[in-house]
Amino acid sequence: MNPFSYARPTGITEAVREGATRHARFLAGGTNLVDLMKENVEQPERLIDINRLPLKKIEDLEGGGLRLGALATNSETAYDPRVARHYPLLSAAILSGASPQLRNAATNGGNLNQRTRCYYFYDRATACNKREPGSGCGALGGVNRIHAILGASDQCIATHPSDMCVALAALDAQVRITGPAGDRVIPLTDYHRLPDDKPWLDNRLRPGELVTAIDLPPEDFSEHYTYLKLRDRLSYAFALVSVAVALRLDGKRISEARIALGGVAHKPWRSPVAESGLAGEQVSREVFANAANALLDGAVGHGDNDFKIELARRAIIRALEQAANGTPQSLFDKRIS
Amino acid sequence: MDTRTHDDTSDHAVVTRDTLTLRLTVNGKPRQYAIEPWVTLLDLLREHEHLTGTKKGCDHGQCGACTVLVDGKRINSCLALAICKDGAQVTTIEGLAVCDRLHPLQQAFMDHDALQCGYCTPGQICSAQGLINEGHARTRDEVRESMSGNLCRCGCYTNITDAIMEVLEQEGAR
Amino acid sequence: MAISSGTGVRIGDPVNRVDGVAKVTGRARYAAEHPAPDLLYGWVVSSAIAKGRIVAIHDHAAREVPRVVEVITHLNRPDTPQSDSCYKDDVAPPGRPFRPLYDERILFNMQPVALVVGETLEAARYGASLVEVEYAAEAHNTDFRTALDERFVPREKRPMFEQPQNRGDARSAYARASRKLSAEYHLPIHFHNPMEMHASTVVWEGGGKITVYDKSQGSQNVQRYLAHAFGLALEDVRVMNQYVGGAFGSGLRPQYQTYLATLAAKKLARSVRVVLTRQQMFSHVHRPEAVQSVALATDETGRLQAIVNDATTSTSRFEDNMETVCDWGLMNYACPNAAAESTIARIDTYTSGDMRAPGAATGMTLFEMAIDEMAYEAGIDPLQFRLTNYSDKNAMEDSPFTSKALRAAYLQGAAAFGWRKRTAEPRSMREGRELVGWGVATGMWEALYQKMPARVKLLPGGEIEVSAATSDIGTGTYTVMAQVAADTLGLPLEKITVRLGDSDLPKSPVEGGSRTAASIGAAVQAACQQVAEKLRAAKGRIEKPIEVEVTPSGDLAGKDKSRATHSAVFAEVRVDEELGVVRITRIVSAVAAGRIINPKTARSQILGGIVMGVGMALHEEGLIDHGLGRFMNHNFAEYHVPVNADIYDIDVIFVDEPDSEVTPLGVKGVGEIGIVGTAAAILNAIYHATGKRVRSLPATLDKLL
Repeated sequence: MNPFSYARPTGITEAVREGATRHARFLAGGTNLVDLMKENVEQPERLIDINRLPLKKIEDLEGGGLRLGALATNSETAYDPRVARHYPLLSAAILSGASPQLRNAATNGGNLNQRTRCYYFYDRATACNKREPGSGCGALGGVNRIHAILGASDQCIATHPSDMCVALAALDAQVRITGPAGDRVIPLTDYHRLPDDKPWLDNRLRPGELVTAIDLPPEDFSEHYTYLKLRDRLSYAFALVSVAVALRLDGKRISEARIALGGVAHKPWRSPVAESGLAGEQVSREVFANAANALLDGAVGHGDNDFKIELARRAIIRALEQAANGTPQSLFDKRIS
Repeated sequence: MDTRTHDDTSDHAVVTRDTLTLRLTVNGKPRQYAIEPWVTLLDLLREHEHLTGTKKGCDHGQCGACTVLVDGKRINSCLALAICKDGAQVTTIEGLAVCDRLHPLQQAFMDHDALQCGYCTPGQICSAQGLINEGHARTRDEVRESMSGNLCRCGCYTNITDAIMEVLEQEGAR
Repeated sequence: MAISSGTGVRIGDPVNRVDGVAKVTGRARYAAEHPAPDLLYGWVVSSAIAKGRIVAIHDHAAREVPRVVEVITHLNRPDTPQSDSCYKDDVAPPGRPFRPLYDERILFNMQPVALVVGETLEAARYGASLVEVEYAAEAHNTDFRTALDERFVPREKRPMFEQPQNRGDARSAYARASRKLSAEYHLPIHFHNPMEMHASTVVWEGGGKITVYDKSQGSQNVQRYLAHAFGLALEDVRVMNQYVGGAFGSGLRPQYQTYLATLAAKKLARSVRVVLTRQQMFSHVHRPEAVQSVALATDETGRLQAIVNDATTSTSRFEDNMETVCDWGLMNYACPNAAAESTIARIDTYTSGDMRAPGAATGMTLFEMAIDEMAYEAGIDPLQFRLTNYSDKNAMEDSPFTSKALRAAYLQGAAAFGWRKRTAEPRSMREGRELVGWGVATGMWEALYQKMPARVKLLPGGEIEVSAATSDIGTGTYTVMAQVAADTLGLPLEKITVRLGDSDLPKSPVEGGSRTAASIGAAVQAACQQVAEKLRAAKGRIEKPIEVEVTPSGDLAGKDKSRATHSAVFAEVRVDEELGVVRITRIVSAVAAGRIINPKTARSQILGGIVMGVGMALHEEGLIDHGLGRFMNHNFAEYHVPVNADIYDIDVIFVDEPDSEVTPLGVKGVGEIGIVGTAAAILNAIYHATGKRVRSLPATLDKLL
């Protein structure tokens, strides 16, 4: 961890001004940034501790919906009674990630901005285009069990490790941002990028910008949802494949479907084709299988992660069944319902 | 390089590459340090305070051995920069026993043999206290999931869960 | 003062660990936690290549970091001995022991190439990140499968290696047999990953003396090693390991941080602490990779006619580590024809080493997976198959055991598990969306005994001090020693202080192999008996302390008999039929381990072994990028050890097994038996649930889709 200067602004304007400094990074919970600094993957010269900024509240929005402060912790968010009641998909996704200790420190903004857990990204002795542009991709042709099957490029096959973002993507959350050029709002589904030929850019945040809140729309999918996470042990591990499903049903007919995949791409993966294909259909395994195929259209394995394609297919179908039946995956009963 | 430090760190931005003033309450005692911002809370406790009860098992938030309570919440102290916790109350394993009487979790851990080598034990106990403070986990399955952020290579998990369930039941009965 | 019986604790009581208070309060100090004046911190820089040479080291930037005091490399290290014998520790296998920072050669990936020493941990850490090393890489091979082509039997074998003994003509019998099975099984590299990283604090005492707080399973082994490696007199080196945060075999040999800390202390004439990072815990000792080829054949009634059990395990290019892998299958079953060949193959890693039940965790587990397949081939219930082919004696050496209550273990375990209700057909049991599987396997481990001394001192006030240089790595040695003393002298535990983990104390070998409880227990008993005699002779009144140091004398009864612990492990798995997710919902392990000194701590030892068996079965694997020759999952996030949520119900039964011959106390030791066979019971259960045979561990969900 390199020496750095430390600032602790109390106001957002001040924070944004600090953030415009070269080689500065905002520090919130630190559960990702401090980890990366210890690995010398991130080497900011200046840390701007934003933990005193007034961005911690979770507030009701006029007209319905909820505004999640960027500095509310993942735990506070998951256990907020309004989130638990109206957006249980989000609670379930948050609580399936990391550990209680990490969730108590990690913030909503930090969760969005966390970086990949690719072994090569983390290991400075190996090639990584995300960490050092142009150096190559060690995962391609190397060990790639945990890597992407969708949306990858020949420069990077990393995945985004967040569970929370998968749920936010399914819920059509909006990300509120402030920065040197003012405020803006972008859909969560546009926030994270695909790697293409600039794998070092994880998301669309511009230099000096700061996430201030995540807005959840009023749509309540609390009756038919699930977050199904499959991993190499039953807890405290990243997703091999995860599926967030939110459905609106009219009897046995699907009026609206949202499906997002985690663990498979550089961002949470949604497919408008899959979702519109489900709308208007009667709940059935065949219909679910079609949605899975649409979601996995173009999926490609890289050797060690070939299994993810079939696993994802089955997981999507199972998750749709769970959501349709109103039997969301339990965090504690590890039987897959 | 600006090396100003401000005594009152609560209102002003502090801008420096050298040591900063940090105030913590550690196990009930007010403490003040002059430390660099790149010192973690874990290393502050172990190397500066010589409170070696809190353990370093991985230094990357992947094992939970470094779990302490900060303002009553369990966190991994290895990923917390000490300076960020200015003004906080920190409780470590050394602060759990009261007047030489073992904390109920400490006694339960011994009675159920929820420890072997003892290295993950302080983290397990602080985490369990954090779990109790959170008030969510009640059933055995909930406790097991909620304690999964604390690795134990000696494999004491079933005994650890037994110990925590016993204390939860005691607390519930109160 | 009288020593009365009946007031104290007895052998067989489930008392709380006597070191429990120190551990639950955080007062126990481990190797990196002992203060020293003017302490320096060393941070290891690790190689980025697997094989080749260091061409240049650029340490200028590191040296410029404030509070960095030195950067030690092979270029500026103090003179160190030239002879291999100076670097060989008691446990070293044949070959050329690794010499950290000796010269420019790189022998394995993440080899230590520099030590940055600073006044603070942070300075050393930062300095280490600035050291740049230029390499000339050479071709390496970390792929065990290709290394197999050059497997060999080493001419010089490790002293503890037990050569398999063939009987009959296994290969012909196999060819003739009507029912047969031949399969190959694979175990990847596993890392011990104790919760405490390897660490050493070397205190520079002045006058040429050092005190080394080390993470070790044998303080005197480390003491001798450091004395030889650094040309110090034995009496000038004191090694302390009073509390060790788990080891599982990784502390049998000194690891390179001990050497580096001492090297730095010597060069700088100051105290130095070196703690390896968790990542660096993947750069040294590990359980070897293994491929085991098993061929079994039975007659029409299911009686074994042939066993062929060949295995190859991995080692480095500079030392020949070898484990007793094949013998277990040959010892455990009645069969007139059996043959085994044990070979090793070299890969460019650090030397493999002993990890909990070395050889048996590998060889018995993989063999028990083959036995399960053979049972199915023969159309016989897997438990019945084992009873049908049961051998009362050691079938390989044709010698009786001092005791072998394995039959009782099978029956008691089966009863507790409910094995009777099992339907044989794979995929015949299910509940909800999960297929249910029940599997069984046998465990076996040696029950060794080594004569060693214990010192007992009785103070006039009636307190007792019991000491030996042995270790407690979580195994409960403190409690065993206290409990035996309490039992022999009729004292309450509060009157007993145990001192161990100090090279100044009476001579002990490394703590490993599940022999410590039996051996030190016998020594403590003998010493206490002598103290009791002296007290009687003094008519119960003493003014000065009575101190004795006793090594039990005389031979064990039944010297030529075999000595082993056995277990019957039963596992229930539930496998989601679509998604391959496995839950191990019940395990019953019935253990025949002679006399149990403390059922509470002994049960914990078994639980620990079982949890490691779960890791073997489902989670653990060193993932190597063969192009780089590097373990890529070198951290706790991606090398998966079981977490609390992975572990459901475990029932441990200690089967009654009185044995007056095995060791003086009738004790066999339970540190390792728990892991042997457990992964096989789980994999066999997975077969029963799914109909899929997974022969390459771990059984991750992709293998079950």
